Parts: sequence; structure tokens; C-alpha cells
Amino acid sequence: MLELKNITKSYNPGTINEICLFDKFNLTVEDGQFVSVVGSNGSGKTSLLNIICGTIPIDQGEILVNGTNITKQKDFIRHRRIGRVFQDPSKGTCPEMTILENLAIADNKGKGYGLGRGTNKARIGYYKELLSGMNLGLEDKLHTKVGALSGGQRQTLALLMATMNPIEFLILDEHTAALDPKTAEIVMELTGRIVKQKHVTTIMVTHNLRYAVEYGDRLLMMHQGKAIIDKAGSEKQAMKVEDILGTFNEISIECGN
Amino acid sequence: MTLVLSVFEQGMIYAIMALGIYITYTILDFPDLTVDGSFPLGAALSAVMITNGVNPILTLVASFFAGALAGTVTGLIHVKLKVRDLLSGIIMMTALYTVNLRIAGRANLPLYNMTTLFENGFVSKIFTGALAPFANVIIILVITLIMKFLLDWYMSTKSGYLLRAVGDNETIVTSMGVDKGIVKIIGLAVANGLVTLSGCIFAQQQRYFDISMGTGTMVIGLASVIIGTSLLKKVSFLRITTSVVIGSIIYKACVAIAIKLGMPSQDLKLITAVLFLVILVIGMDRKKKVKKNA
Repeated sequence: MLELKNITKSYNPGTINEICLFDKFNLTVEDGQFVSVVGSNGSGKTSLLNIICGTIPIDQGEILVNGTNITKQKDFIRHRRIGRVFQDPSKGTCPEMTILENLAIADNKGKGYGLGRGTNKARIGYYKELLSGMNLGLEDKLHTKVGALSGGQRQTLALLMATMNPIEFLILDEHTAALDPKTAEIVMELTGRIVKQKHVTTIMVTHNLRYAVEYGDRLLMMHQGKAIIDKAGSEKQAMKVEDILGTFNEISIECGN
Repeated sequence: MTLVLSVFEQGMIYAIMALGIYITYTILDFPDLTVDGSFPLGAALSAVMITNGVNPILTLVASFFAGALAGTVTGLIHVKLKVRDLLSGIIMMTALYTVNLRIAGRANLPLYNMTTLFENGFVSKIFTGALAPFANVIIILVITLIMKFLLDWYMSTKSGYLLRAVGDNETIVTSMGVDKGIVKIIGLAVANGLVTLSGCIFAQQQRYFDISMGTGTMVIGLASVIIGTSLLKKVSFLRITTSVVIGSIIYKACVAIAIKLGMPSQDLKLITAVLFLVILVIGMDRKKKVKKNA
């Protein structure tokens, strides 16, 4: 279980540009829950993910995982139980390294990076199997540099790398936003499949209201650092895009979008 | 003949240094000026140890670790104290100037009639007759190849993979639950270890230590790396480390030819700088083209 308690975060504190993003924000995510987060630009969606991952510090409040306070924990230590996929496909992979090397790095997560061989040849079969499940034909391109792949292929690989280890949390930061509609659809379907298979607690930020409604068992709409819609369970299942579109338009007009 | 031999000797000694610069500049994307101090650090250590009768092989090992320590300090300044990469190197380079003077005791130290890597009982027994003039070049070739293969091996380990990853995309290292700062420090340590090792061999080959030996190390190393990687890019069966070694020899050959053609040696650094600028600009152009095509 992930708990955010009384989170307060402002940018540029003490200056005229001070922006108070979160003021005593609270959120509890149960184990195995798949939360979709929508909201206008600047509503605090990505900041929320960064706070959970430890990428940005908070001013006040506590972050608890299964009751343990991790507020002071460094980002790289938190990532040992987090798999994360970014909006930018290049953030989740190493472009100058081959597909095989990328997978090998991800495969070693949590097992230590010592002086053993970087690529375990015995695992290549397993990698191929994983890649063929993506239906992108990457299983025959193991020695291709990732930089030569398309955005969609890289993002799929990034998703695979983020989830190939036992993780407790999957953090998806608009991970389909940079892809064309068809590829986005494929990556999203794959995401749904992986989350179901691994039963991993997932928080997905998206600008696609349809994905937010179709996927996940809880929906949050963020606005000015607050969750103005928070529906879970059967209430969430009954939701339609039209239901949230109205609210979304209202807050967007307010923001001048 | 002597000219060709000396090009190969010096080229391969500098190649070990260039391998270190390849780690910082190409892999880590860290313009590390520490090398201008860690190269003469090796020379100073080497001169003092040889004068005191230390086993030449041991001087190599000691130099590597001393350089690794210098690189670690640069890394700590950059990572822990959050000083910019270029400045961290400059601070360390300046500090090492004094350290080197303290180690050597004075600004220059000759090394004649001492037991060095190139002048010892073992060498004079093996390399006799017609083989004698090639003794130095063979010894250097062996050491350079050992270092090259060790580096190749390291790059293929899990730790080496992370080193490549941190220069490529820092975020991924954090995502793997590893402190990217530590990975950078390891990279700087290995790189400066190689540079100091190179300085150690250089002093023994030249039979002297001079405090100004390190000036321009960074530029020479970078030039070698860029010559090696851009000229030999098309030759795909060569490993990059091999290309760097060849690049270093080509660079030394260019300098030797320039001197042979009558260029006064005091102009050398200026020519080096101009040559480096030209190589850098050409190299950048190629990079852009690649990016556009990709």
C-alpha cells in the first residue's frame, strides 16, 4: 500500500514566482490497484509521480510504503521496487547500446552489477520469447542499437525493461503520448496485459481520457493540486468518457487551455 | 627507422592515456581535465620509485591506483559537492601540480642508469642482437595490448554495461536502482588510473620526469580518440578501443612528421591545439550528419 500524507510542495518558494502545487495533498493506493490519472497541464500529475519516485523533494508531508516512511529515501533506492516508463521513449532505454545489452541491464536489476559477464547467454532465449510477445519483430534484431528503432519500438522495449523484474509499483508517465495513435493503442494494450499478469500496483498519468476510462480500476482527475474526481470499483467501471469530459472542459477553460 | 620506432613507442604509450580519455569523453560525456595532472602524477611516482629501486612492474600497479584515487577525488568533487564537470577537473589538475612537485621533490628528475621497464636484466637477456632495437616497442606493445584487453573485458561486464549506460542515459541507471554518481566515480577512477599508468611508462621510456609533462594531455588524448573513432568508423570489425590505439599512433606520426619537416619544437603545443580544433570541427560535422540521417 502506498500512502501520501499531507504532501505540501511549492515551486520557487520565497520568490514572486512561487507556485503552491500541493497543499496537504492525501492519496492512498491499495496493493494491486491500477490508477489512471488525468488532468490539465500544470495540475500536478507528473509532479505527483516525481514525488512518489523521489525525483523531486517535498516541502512537508510523508510518503509511506506498506507503513514504512520513505520520504527521505533517495530516488535510486526507491526505484529498486519501482518500474517506470516515461513520456519520452529515449528515457527508458540506452540508444547507443543494443537491444540485447539493454535487456541484459534490465535483467540484472536488483541482482547487483559486479564483474560478471554483462550478457548472460543462457537468457537470450528468454529475451527472444519476451520480445516475440510484443509482436514487433524485435526478437530478430537483438544486436541492433536501440537508437535505430522507432519511437514505438523503443517505448515497447522500455515498458518491457521496466516490468521484467519483480516490482511493486509501475509508474507510467504519459507513456503513450509521444506515439502515433496505432502504436499508442498497441503499447496501451500491452500495458493492460502486463499489469493484469503481474498484478502490480500501477499509477498511470495520461492525456487520453478514453484510456483512463477503459483501463484501470480507479480514476483520478487532478486540478490545481487536488483530486477533483476520484472514482474506484464499480463506480469507475460505470464511467464513460462523456462523464469526465464535461468536468475536464470546465477545468481546461479555467486554465485557459 | 628510429623515427618510426619512436612514433610507435610513444604512440602506444599515449594510447593507454587515450583509452582513459575515451572512457571519460566518449562514454561518460565528461570533459575531464584531471588528466593534465594525473599523467605527470604517474611520471613523478615512476621517477621517485625507480630512483629508490622499486620493481618497475610494481610502479605500474602503484601508478594505476594513484591515478584511480585522483579520479575518485574528481568524481567526489563533481558528484557529492555538485561542482560542474569541467571545473572539478580543473580544480583537481591544479591541486595535482603541487602534489606532483611534492612527490618528485623538484620540477625535473633524470632517470639514467636505473632499473626500469626497458632496462633490466630480463630485457637484456631476451632482446639480444638484431632484436635489441625493438625491445622498447615490443614491451610497450605488450603492456598496451594487455590494458586494451582488460578494458574490453571490463566493458563487457555488468559494471561496464552500467558505465556505458550512465553516459548514454543517466535516467536508466537510476531506474535500475543504482546510484548514478557512484557509477560516474568508478568511470573517472578507471580512466585516470589508465592515464597515470601511461605517464608512468612515459617517464621510464623518456628516462626523465618533468613537471610540465602533462600540459596538453587532454588535447592529445582527445585528438587520438577522435582520429581513431572517426577515421576508422567504417572498419566495423575493429573494436573502438583498437581504433583509439591506432588513432594515438596516427596522431604521434603526424606530430613526428611535422617536426621532421623542420617545425621548431616550441611551436608544438600551438600546432597541437590547431590540429585538435580541426579534428574536432570535422568530427562534429560527421556527428551532425549521422543525427540527421537517423
